Amino acid sequence: MGGGRPTSAAPSSRPFAIELKGISKSFGPVQANKDINIAVPKGTIHGIIGENGAGKSTLMSILYGFYKADAGEIFVNGNLTAIPDSQSAIRAGIGMVFQHFKLVQNFTVLENVVLGAEDGALLRPSLAKARKSLQDLAQEYELDVDPDALVEDLSVGHQQRVEILKALYRQAEILILDEPTGVLTPAEADHLFRILKGLRDQGKTVILITHKLREIMEATDNVSVMRRGTMVGTVKTAQTSPEELAELMVGRKVLLEVEKKPAHPGKVVLSVQDLRVKDEIGVERLKGVSFEIRAGEILGIAGVAGNGQSELLAALGGIQRAAGTVTMNGAVLPLVGADANGRARREAGIGHVPEDRQTLGLIMDFTAWENVAFGYHNEPKYQKNSLLMDNDAIRADTEKKMATFDVRPPIPTLAAKNFSGGNQQKIVVAREIESDPDLLLIGQPTRGVDIGAIEFIHKQIVALRDAGKAILLVSVELDEIMSLSDRIAVMFDGRIMGFRDPETTNERELGLLMAGVSGDAA
Amino acid sequence: MDYATLLQVLDTTLRLATPLLLACLAGLYSERAGIFDIGLEGKMLMAAMSAGAVAYLTGSVWLGLLAAIVGSLLFAAVHGLASITFRGNQLISGVALNFVASGITVLIAQSLFGQGGRTPPLEGAARFNPIKLPLADELAGVPIIGPFYAEVVSGHTFLVYVGLLMVPLSWWVLYRTRFGLRLRAVGENPASVDTAGISVVRLRYTAVAITGILCGLAGAYMSTGLQAGFGKEMTAGRGYIALAALIFAKWRPWYCLWATLLFGFFQAIALRPDVIENTIGISIPVPALDALPYILTVVVLAGLVGKAIPPRAGGEPYVKER
Repeated sequence: MGGGRPTSAAPSSRPFAIELKGISKSFGPVQANKDINIAVPKGTIHGIIGENGAGKSTLMSILYGFYKADAGEIFVNGNLTAIPDSQSAIRAGIGMVFQHFKLVQNFTVLENVVLGAEDGALLRPSLAKARKSLQDLAQEYELDVDPDALVEDLSVGHQQRVEILKALYRQAEILILDEPTGVLTPAEADHLFRILKGLRDQGKTVILITHKLREIMEATDNVSVMRRGTMVGTVKTAQTSPEELAELMVGRKVLLEVEKKPAHPGKVVLSVQDLRVKDEIGVERLKGVSFEIRAGEILGIAGVAGNGQSELLAALGGIQRAAGTVTMNGAVLPLVGADANGRARREAGIGHVPEDRQTLGLIMDFTAWENVAFGYHNEPKYQKNSLLMDNDAIRADTEKKMATFDVRPPIPTLAAKNFSGGNQQKIVVAREIESDPDLLLIGQPTRGVDIGAIEFIHKQIVALRDAGKAILLVSVELDEIMSLSDRIAVMFDGRIMGFRDPETTNERELGLLMAGVSGDAA
Repeated sequence: MDYATLLQVLDTTLRLATPLLLACLAGLYSERAGIFDIGLEGKMLMAAMSAGAVAYLTGSVWLGLLAAIVGSLLFAAVHGLASITFRGNQLISGVALNFVASGITVLIAQSLFGQGGRTPPLEGAARFNPIKLPLADELAGVPIIGPFYAEVVSGHTFLVYVGLLMVPLSWWVLYRTRFGLRLRAVGENPASVDTAGISVVRLRYTAVAITGILCGLAGAYMSTGLQAGFGKEMTAGRGYIALAALIFAKWRPWYCLWATLLFGFFQAIALRPDVIENTIGISIPVPALDALPYILTVVVLAGLVGKAIPPRAGGEPYVKER
């Protein structure tokens, strides 16, 4: 906890590293930032929290010179500073670690660090100097990375360190991190926070953008809350609570815990034995996975992204060839050949909310009603006769689903891309849940979805369970797995490391399993 | 095949490989910066006509060379404008410029000289003449090496040696200089360059300009070195073969040299079907020989000879993401 550091003392004793006054920014008709004021004291970790689309990233991109504000002033260390481009931001001592890393994948760590900060027209001296300086930084801040490794060979955690090193190499005194933990294991995230606290203790200022309340509470000294492009307020972390912050973010009371009654598992719906998947270059991504899911039960699959969860969903959803035995309601499902496809799986009673809704769940340029029909377009209720589809029926059905799932705006003729992330997800979830599947596969149900919609989607998942359906939930958000699941399986490197009961396990234990440590390999 | 014939074929190989090499290196700069350029052909054609026309009118091959570079740069600028500033489709821009070049070169040559779209034949100082390298005569008597030096290495025109020198130079620029690092980065991940505070637009325009200059050299070589004057469609698809060589070379300077020499060799033996028949005893139709570079490219693209991974940001206009 970072509480107890004085932050509201007189400006003279603790000057502000960053002060933004009256920042506004519009993208066409959308006002992303409205008259934002914020002051970040020097030598603190300052959290900025808000729902997706609240304008956090836009604000920080303005500070880093990536966008130009329509109005407002930026003060760095008390001096009015114009930041028309990233070069100016770097000169002002500001460094940024973006959510999606800005690294050149087939360059070495050293080359990435040096890029844009070279000392002269020739590379050798710059590289030598950077090598020396990386050694010093590594010792000072626990930032060890092999300078000669190719970035594409590094884990995401290490890639993030390269980004931090890039900023420090450029003498950044103020470091902005945009959603830094989305791709990290809990252990990696802890390590990151240790690094950040080390930086703060050396007098650097850290701005941490996140939508995770837990991180704010753990790592920051102060926190500013944004909602719909405005700054709602700044509070000391030690004097607030997650509940209060959530209410500030959303503008109303939010249930952070999912309310659910004990599960009453029934008969086995899905049985998976020794499921294996190879990718297109022949590497085994799923190395013999076995489990069962019963009716009225949510099995949560925890794990860091890329450990076989996607392949598991794809294999069960019929969009990826696999080997092994899968039985659904007692019938064996074909895993290869022409009968292994998404439609056949739907007919077998499997609904699928894919992890990446924008490429697999929706066609972004098509309307909501067309998207609602996809996968179910052969259903008799959507047919006018043997040749023509009944578009009016689909549209009417879409309107009904939009009302039930609170999709905003409830306009069936709007293209999918024009809905917010949360509402896109509601369209996909509505389509799959309303088709009344016996088993629902649901991947990253709340990725890029705001808190209000998360609450709603979670309720729908629990309601489906209570209606006696089986649910396979895959998520990289440990909180989500812990609060929704009736049983948890942790995946690492294509295997299930073990099963845990959410009532008796904890994040530490799951985190170790996610990192491949210990466990009772199944 | 006896040694003298081999030397003849190798000599022709080098002459025919030069325009491919210059164009291939031209494409290298542009594509490494993330701008695909199918318009090498058009730029070469434009340069060949400009060189031929100006060299004839002024009697100076150097002014011709300058005109070739200017003509090629003009086309490069349009391609840059379309694909960098206006973020248009790079393939369409390149193809369009090829069509324009095909028509406008004949149009200009016809209106200037009225000889059916050709420029009049160039003589003397209006074209590049063979340069005899030092010691060529003295070494001619040394077995094996002597004739090779005298026949194959020596006796080419200025631009052949420029092309060969461009290979190590390009390697050095790409891998040993700040500019090269940034150029490679902008073709892989322009956002990394942008967030480092470097202008993506300026870098890409610079790359496209280098492409223009090198295509200018390639085109000038066609009309003032390889041949004496410009003729309609005289580049005959060399811009496309250079692109194929670039893929074959996996976007690396030294590989560009080997790839274009190989393709030049195919073109050279296609000119001497008699040599092939004498050597392997089977007569292979000339069109089949002409097709070899393309067949090789397909083989490469199919991943049979290692994987050719193009620059990752290639072909995509850079737009700051929200």
